[in-house]
Amino acid sequence: MPFKPVILWTDALVYLLVAVVLVLVWHIRRNEYLLVPWRRVGHSASGMAALVVLIFFVAVGLLDTVHMRPIVEHDNGGARETAYSVDVLSVLDIIATPLRTRVEKTYSAPFAAHLYAREMVELPDGGQTREFPRLKYGGAHLQDPETQLVPDVASRAAAGAGAGMLVWSLLVTLLAARLARQRNETFMSALAAIWRRTTPTPWYAVCITLALMLLLSGAALALCGNYHIFGTDKVGQDVFYLSLKSIRTGLVIGTLTTLMMLPFALLLGITAGYFRGWVDDVIQYLYTTLSSIPSVLLIAAAVLMMQVYIETRPELFDTVAARADLRLLFLCVILGVTSWTGLCRLLRGETLKLREMEYIQAAHAFGVSHWRIISRHILPNVMHIVLISTVMDFSGLVLAEAVLSYVGVGVDPSMISFGTMINAARMEMAREPMVWWALLAAFSFMFALVLSANMFADAVQNAFDPRARTLPTRIRAFPRKRKQEPAADIAAAAGPNDSFSR
Amino acid sequence: MLNYIIRRLFYAIPILIGVNLITFTLFFVVNTPDDMARMQLGIKRVTPEAIGRWKQERGYDKPLMFNNAEQGWAKLTRTVFFEKSIAMFAFRFGRADDGRDIAHEIKKRMMPSLSIALPVFVLGLGVYIVFALTMVFFRATYVDFWGVVLCVALMSISSLFYIIGGQFLISKLWHLVPISGYGYGVDATKFLILPVIIGVVSGAGGNTRWYRTIFLEEMSKDYVRTARAKGLSENVVLFGHVLRNALIPILTGTVVVIPLLFLGSLIAESFFGIPGLGSYTIDAINSQDFAVVRAMVFLGSLLYIVGLILTDISYTLVDPRIRLE
Repeated sequence: MPFKPVILWTDALVYLLVAVVLVLVWHIRRNEYLLVPWRRVGHSASGMAALVVLIFFVAVGLLDTVHMRPIVEHDNGGARETAYSVDVLSVLDIIATPLRTRVEKTYSAPFAAHLYAREMVELPDGGQTREFPRLKYGGAHLQDPETQLVPDVASRAAAGAGAGMLVWSLLVTLLAARLARQRNETFMSALAAIWRRTTPTPWYAVCITLALMLLLSGAALALCGNYHIFGTDKVGQDVFYLSLKSIRTGLVIGTLTTLMMLPFALLLGITAGYFRGWVDDVIQYLYTTLSSIPSVLLIAAAVLMMQVYIETRPELFDTVAARADLRLLFLCVILGVTSWTGLCRLLRGETLKLREMEYIQAAHAFGVSHWRIISRHILPNVMHIVLISTVMDFSGLVLAEAVLSYVGVGVDPSMISFGTMINAARMEMAREPMVWWALLAAFSFMFALVLSANMFADAVQNAFDPRARTLPTRIRAFPRKRKQEPAADIAAAAGPNDSFSR
Repeated sequence: MLNYIIRRLFYAIPILIGVNLITFTLFFVVNTPDDMARMQLGIKRVTPEAIGRWKQERGYDKPLMFNNAEQGWAKLTRTVFFEKSIAMFAFRFGRADDGRDIAHEIKKRMMPSLSIALPVFVLGLGVYIVFALTMVFFRATYVDFWGVVLCVALMSISSLFYIIGGQFLISKLWHLVPISGYGYGVDATKFLILPVIIGVVSGAGGNTRWYRTIFLEEMSKDYVRTARAKGLSENVVLFGHVLRNALIPILTGTVVVIPLLFLGSLIAESFFGIPGLGSYTIDAINSQDFAVVRAMVFLGSLLYIVGLILTDISYTLVDPRIRLE
């Protein structure tokens, strides 16, 4: 085999998560009553547009999750020896090999052909001069960058965007054909329905977002082979590559934390609400105690302790990637420990309400066991709370990672993440002239990810929260008096997501 | 009322003991004092005598939870856990690794922390409520729609970018205020303006949207319909009825954080070089000064519990239906 598959801890959990999601999708598709709220999500234009963007991010994240150790061959006195490399690479790394390996000397601006700092250069006649040396890879194919750079970038970007549009029109054609078959219409009328936004699923918004994403990624893909489109950082690494790698870290923290805390929150919250009495007292004491420790400080304390643990036991980890990965996993666990209390409190309250319901009392009267009542009657009825708080927490966790990495208790410094990128770029703020591109890249990627996650979370909340009615579809230009408005009780109960900024 | 407060304070004791137990487990059981000493003194080439001295200086030279060498109650009391916890409850936090007294440091750094956190809190509360009420007043129009869009966009930006962007724009590009630093007295204003503005802006998205939700929920209640049926104008309904009633859920979320204002905000203080408790904590985390981190965890939990009690008291002030027994 040309490579040896490696499954890191977080990889395994991501696979598990994907499997769980697939099973849930299969289960939901088979039950009409479970499908109804999801259909409402599907009818929200902002939610579906956000989903398109999220799918792009998730695809990059998943590609970056499949890890392996490639084979390296080296000549050993005529006999060819093969061994597996010590570097753990992901599929994304292998696809982006040009980006990963084309390392410049130090900083260079986006689309630059020259380094960002002057250096002593030997002239052919023996003299020396200080000038900006050419980059080794960025724009290296140009003879005269001053005149050729702009036209070359423009033509490549146009070609990439054109390819993106080609893919887009193919996808739109497929979609229209599918719609035409479903609705028993001609192809053109299906296309017109999309365009006039008369389809129940907001395909128009989906197509526009898809066009935007494909244009951008097409242009980026066409350019990143010959230029550093977001510049390079201090050690000359391509910032675009770093941004792509950060996506997985953000996604892992946002999702695995929830996976870690769900069992605790579900088990303890429902048990406390269902059994009451001393069980309730103990569980309440537990979560009051945990939640009264400011979360940043608890995370800091826990991560500090883990650092000591790892540093005094270096023999436990065979590769750097394994160590960084375990630290990422531990960060998820700690974030889960500090964040399950909120959900646990909500679940306990809801279970307290549910257990007094008549159908539960009827189940009691029939002699149904506690376990069966919890799993058949209570659990399905609190799932909407679990789902809403899961999607609402996601964006907060991605943002928290950046802050924690800044504080010094985030991911391993060798792991590429938005936090470590910002942290490294922050040092260069004082430089004159300023190095701004790493910050810009981190900002735009993070903003796109968190914004789309927030919008999707809103759509899910509107669809699942029984107290939230659907939003008015059309907006009026004048204040509409005496109109009842959607109210989102879980958002109000959970409060703003700003516990980390305090 | 007084009875209630006293009882609540007694309830706080088991919670604080629990907090102590958790932090103690984190700091001393996961890694024994020997591990920490080795870490502090350098991992290799460290003599057992040096470790012993390090432990003795910090009072870690006793068994952790249970002392078999002693008799009777002393088995429990002559341990690291008991002695450190009792010291915490008496606000004797011991000395930091640089030899300074932690309690004294905390006292000294409280004011700078407060001088940035308090304006952010008061100003923020006012601004967010005004924005949220404006959006509710123009509900279901483009003002409301784009207001919500703006809030979601503001929510999606990391607080780090607010600070970096603000410092770059206002201090570096326009040279309006110094980038960072701290002064005392009137001198402090020019250092405080920027952090306060950034603090308010960075919380704007989430809080405004949250308050808007609360207001809208209040708007859908029966008394609002009654008030309108009486023929009251929309302004009177909004500012006279809805605002006052919405204060109750707003108080739940905000009064809790008032005591925590002492702790300052971790990131803002270290970015702006303000010598408050937040930057103290970050420095301690970076230099792995466990005594300081433990003290701050304890202080934070104590203040949180005080905040919960204050929340209950504030209910009685705004809602005459609630009586504390």
